[in-house]
Amino acid sequence: MTDETLAGPAADEILYRETFHVRGGDFEHGGDVATRVKAVLRELSIDPRLIRRLSIANFEAEMNVIMYADEATLDLVVRSAEIEVAVADRGPGIPDIGLAMQEGWSTATAEMRARGFGAGMGLPNIRRNTDRFAIESTVGRGTTLRYAVSLTA
Amino acid sequence: MTLDDVRALLRCEVLAGGDHLGREPTGCFAADMMSDVLHASSHGMLLLTGLTGVQSVHTADVADLAGIVFVLGKRPAPDVLAVADQRGIPVLSTAMSMYAACAALHDGGMA
Repeated sequence: MTDETLAGPAADEILYRETFHVRGGDFEHGGDVATRVKAVLRELSIDPRLIRRLSIANFEAEMNVIMYADEATLDLVVRSAEIEVAVADRGPGIPDIGLAMQEGWSTATAEMRARGFGAGMGLPNIRRNTDRFAIESTVGRGTTLRYAVSLTA
Repeated sequence: MTLDDVRALLRCEVLAGGDHLGREPTGCFAADMMSDVLHASSHGMLLLTGLTGVQSVHTADVADLAGIVFVLGKRPAPDVLAVADQRGIPVLSTAMSMYAACAALHDGGMA
């Protein structure tokens, strides 16, 4: 095989990009963005196992915005090497990220639990289903999650 | 065991996605906490739940589950069923409790 046949798109070349908006408190539409992203990834013929992992992460992130923040953007970037998602919210922020990352730790209200969320599994679930995960938060301003699944593994 | 077998075993009413009852669930996951379902279920499982909000349908969709059985005769609102129909997710309702439905499925040979 020559170098020429090996040369595909560069690993960092953006194949697809779309930004979605999530509104805080909008329980009725909680899950819409995760399912829209899933449809995009299906259209791009991504491996269904990776779509499942990323969709679970996106759904948890979306529900976190709906439960705790005012609003957020979910930025989807598909490259040949990985799919990266950034969820940046305007909201109260997280005072103790270490605590929020602990399975079962939660500040959820009864309404959130009645929706089947708020069990303290959201952030750990996002980390578990992704190959790269980072969280930054400023109290009083908001939280940004960045996570990715690798397409090359 | 197909979803149609599940329907007969649990004496279910079919509320949505009736065209997909030939699916064979890979197993069963019973919970009201959707985060638990997202955490611990696997592809192709049947979801048993008492949670009738739209999040149960989104959870089944996102986690690639085979379908949903609502227990205790619960029925989601029509707009929730419309989402399930649109996504091709079978939705059934049984009068049985979660425990009785789980036991019946287990005895019937569901993994």
